[in-house]
Amino acid sequence: MDPGKITSSIQLPGPGDSTLLLQHLVRIQAEFNYIPDKAVADLSSSLGIPAAEIRGVIDFYSFLHLTPRGKYDILFSDSITDHMLGSRELITDLTEKLGVTVGEVRGDGRVSVDTTSCTGMCEQGPALLVNRLAINHLDQQRIEQIARLIEEDVDLADWPKEFFQIDDSIQRQDILLSSMASATGASPDTLTTLLSPEPDNVLDILQDAGLRGRGGAGFMTAIKWRSCRDTAAEQRYVVCNADEGEPGTFKDRVLLQRYAHQLIEGMTLCAHTINASKGYIYLRGEYLYLLEHLQAVLQERRDLGLLANNISGKAGFDFDIDIHLGAGAYICGEESALIESLEGKRGIPRKRPPFPVTHGYKNQPTVVNNVETFIAASQIILHGAEWFKGAGTEQSSGTKLLSISGDCERPGIYEYAFGTSIRQVLGDCGAHDTLAVQIAGAAGVTIPSEQFDRSIAFEDISTGGSFIIFNSDRNLLDMVQNFTHFFAHESCGFCTPCRVGSSLLKDLIDKLHAGHAGHYDINELNRITIIMRDTSFCGLGATAPNPVIQTLTNFPEIYERQVQHTDYEPAFDLDAALEEARQVTHCFGPEAHIKS
Amino acid sequence: MPEQQTFKLDSKTIPFRDGDTIMDAALRAGEYIPHLCHNPEFTPHGSCRVCVVSANGRHVSACTQQAMNDMEVDNRSDAIMDKRRNLLQMLFVEGNHVCPGCEKSGACQLQAVAYYTNMLSPHYTHFFPKRSVDASHADIAIDFNRCILCELCVRASRDVDRKNIFSISGRGIKARLVINSDTGKLGDSDLTATDKAVHVCPVGAILPKHRGYDKPIGERLYDRQPVSQVGDVAAHDEDDNHG
Amino acid sequence: MADKIKVATASLCGCFGCHMSILDIDEKLFDLVELVEFDRSPINDIKTIGKCDIGIIEGGVANSENVEVLREFREHCDILIALGACAVNGGIPAMRNQNTLQECLETAYIHGIGVDQPCIPNDPEIPLLLDKVHPIHEIVKVDHFLPGCPPSGATIWTFLTELIENKPISFPYEQIHYD
Ligand SMILES: Cc1cc2nc3c(=O)[nH]c(=O)nc-3n(C[C@H](O)[C@H](O)[C@H](O)COP(=O)(O)O)c2cc1C
Ligand code: SF4
Ligand code: SF4
Ligand code: SF4
Repeated sequence: MDPGKITSSIQLPGPGDSTLLLQHLVRIQAEFNYIPDKAVADLSSSLGIPAAEIRGVIDFYSFLHLTPRGKYDILFSDSITDHMLGSRELITDLTEKLGVTVGEVRGDGRVSVDTTSCTGMCEQGPALLVNRLAINHLDQQRIEQIARLIEEDVDLADWPKEFFQIDDSIQRQDILLSSMASATGASPDTLTTLLSPEPDNVLDILQDAGLRGRGGAGFMTAIKWRSCRDTAAEQRYVVCNADEGEPGTFKDRVLLQRYAHQLIEGMTLCAHTINASKGYIYLRGEYLYLLEHLQAVLQERRDLGLLANNISGKAGFDFDIDIHLGAGAYICGEESALIESLEGKRGIPRKRPPFPVTHGYKNQPTVVNNVETFIAASQIILHGAEWFKGAGTEQSSGTKLLSISGDCERPGIYEYAFGTSIRQVLGDCGAHDTLAVQIAGAAGVTIPSEQFDRSIAFEDISTGGSFIIFNSDRNLLDMVQNFTHFFAHESCGFCTPCRVGSSLLKDLIDKLHAGHAGHYDINELNRITIIMRDTSFCGLGATAPNPVIQTLTNFPEIYERQVQHTDYEPAFDLDAALEEARQVTHCFGPEAHIKS
Repeated sequence: MPEQQTFKLDSKTIPFRDGDTIMDAALRAGEYIPHLCHNPEFTPHGSCRVCVVSANGRHVSACTQQAMNDMEVDNRSDAIMDKRRNLLQMLFVEGNHVCPGCEKSGACQLQAVAYYTNMLSPHYTHFFPKRSVDASHADIAIDFNRCILCELCVRASRDVDRKNIFSISGRGIKARLVINSDTGKLGDSDLTATDKAVHVCPVGAILPKHRGYDKPIGERLYDRQPVSQVGDVAAHDEDDNHG
Repeated sequence: MADKIKVATASLCGCFGCHMSILDIDEKLFDLVELVEFDRSPINDIKTIGKCDIGIIEGGVANSENVEVLREFREHCDILIALGACAVNGGIPAMRNQNTLQECLETAYIHGIGVDQPCIPNDPEIPLLLDKVHPIHEIVKVDHFLPGCPPSGATIWTFLTELIENKPISFPYEQIHYD
């Protein structure tokens, strides 16, 4: 692309709103396959942000690049569930067919192939993104077709439609999903009902219903909304966390795809309750395919008077929603990092306190809730606290959507009342010969079969919904390795223990996985996990060692069978470290090697 | 008069005011809590984690945790010192710290805090990252090998000098300090030797040129007394800051 | 103590400064030889190592011979000590880790000032260089570390007496420095 054309076609913002930086970058990346220097310079002058800082933002997000990616930029989802479905063989297959190296752009600029963290398609993997659009159900045949389309330079718009088909995969409904089964489109009546109770009343009902956040932490929603409302401010914000980056989770994707109206009803209810006039949906970049649909839903609601001004005929109730796209950074699911990212910056978590409910977006009180939480809130107001409490346990009322993937016959979305046992879930989804279940994602818990009578509940196994099944043919160390790589890749780099520790941990697990570790290394694993757990700045670093801690406790045999009988093994491959010298000196005899 | 609020730092009773962090109150009381990214002139950052303490049984960073009445803070136990030592060891293996060849040696806060925690080795496997030295500026050099990402220069340049010369790029272990100039070189930035940003680096990353090794060994800032008594390197007259 | 303690020492990729420092314990050297007996060491020029109580390593690991010697020490010594900055973290020699080996060798043997017969030595007798210089704990288990460039005679003395007397190892403030 010639630089002149770039400058003329980049529509730069007017002076001012620096919070739009990331959104501009996402758009420029999509248009040019990279962010040209000229664009950085222009954004710098129009937004008043130093160029180095803009490059710092670009360098933070995996989907933004300072040098061109291929015209077809392919990212394979690199989650353990993709691996289990054979993704790595398919990557080799595709790169061989196309003559490109993983991580690089082919010489002619046509294509680049790389891997990316879990894209949230675990029940229909292996999956990839081509120019950020998801293609699932990959197999050799599909890979062959993709290679051909790329070689023939077929415009993405002309690729077979079925490639981009994304299934809903709802396998089991309970009260929440079934209450919405008939109500799908925009419903003025529903919104009128939602907005009729007094805000105080709404808070009381949510409190009575005992609704807790569905994003993982389980904070009481009524308390969050109330403290936001009670904080004096010029402006309050409603933010929907649709970043869904936890490996193995995909229920927000399905909710956004099928129940966008109900989500926006929930956000509107929140705005009305806390007195906010502006909302954001922070949509992970991996779900780009949902953008058009969500925008259409927002527009439809504006057109019907259900969004924007004087909503539902209520004079003075103004509330509108913008969608902000993420750009490949798991940490942006953490609410304070999400807010930084919404403000256009690097997604570095903030010090807490103050919490977002008092000092959030633009330092104003902000409610951040998960997609499922907003939807549950609106359904509670429609159907009553008793309806909700009819399901679940004393401390965990209602239901939870589980995203089930891995070794089972029927992966997909399952809604269960809290208190349901793992054993029942496994039976329902057709899992056999199960070795372990990884619940709550990479930072979650690894449950061995002796504990399958435990249940999904805040008081027992708390989860945002990720539920990955491993049968007894699997080596759990593969999972541990995948997760430690994930965390090393996703650490934001702000604090010492996570920035350094996550990489140390990754290297040690690689060493172990390759069979080069000694018993000493097991102690090292313990040592690093403790430092990370106890001293990290945010939840990512504090929980990143969980896969190691969990498996060391519950599955020590996967470590024992990998360690050498010696205590201490070198930190690196000694003989490989001589290779460069062999090449330079052309000495290749036996004396040019070190025995291990 | 309202009753004086206090908390316990190990066995000592420390008075504090509303809004104080544990670090603020401890510093005022003359009590030392090891730290690197904290400098009382700037808003607390909380990134190096070296000031980790156990407050009522929870691990927190003293520079960001608000003091609370009757809080019990463990700042000295072996367990806490052990965590700090490990964090320092991580910082040492992350960069390239060749103290025998560093002008800052003897007056380096990373070194001094490491001495304070009895760190005898970096323990972990070294990353040996490839990093550069930027000597393009007439008066100031920056050696990225020694940067510990405390962001004090970033904060000083942004909040005091109002020049925004430094920022952070990348993420995870690839996070790094960058210079805001067209070429990315210090020489092409507006940095001047009198900028606050040049006088806050706790390690030997940002150094004035034309000098170095001007204090004999034995007379350098931390040669005879530990950092707990000497205090931060930035708090001393900059003429003293050099080995 | 009836038997003398057997000590072996070696300098790998170091400058012998740490060994000089051992000698630098001055008149205490006499006390030391009362307590210890040197096995393999540059101090007495014994070239092979027997079973030892203590092994002291100066210098980092830069080539295949360093690896071999270090492993031999680990095998023969009950307690292995990293003495000095280079053994502890690679030290000054590890500054070459910023460059590829090829660059280092070309700078030294091809483009270097005063090189009259440009040629990278490749006699099979010369141990091959590792692509990076490593501290010794990245190759073998190390029991104690004594930092310093070099550690002072006093530091070494404090350490050895504490070790031999089975006391916890600790140093006065001035005795620990990394330079
Ligand atoms: C590293 C990290 C990643 C997170 N990712 C998500 C996410 O993708 N989606 C989400 O809803 N919450 C995520 N959270 C939790 C949020 O910080 C926050 O608690 C949540 O959005 C609050 O909404 P809720 O109360 O409705 O659950 C994450 C937290 C951490 C520490
Ligand atoms: S623990 Fe630290 S480095 Fe890791 S993501 Fe959180 S703030 Fe960033
Ligand atoms: S900055 Fe400090 S720790 Fe690093 S090399 Fe210099 S003196 Fe040593
Ligand atoms: S250069 Fe110095 S002040 Fe700046 S971040 Fe690095 S260590 Fe901190």
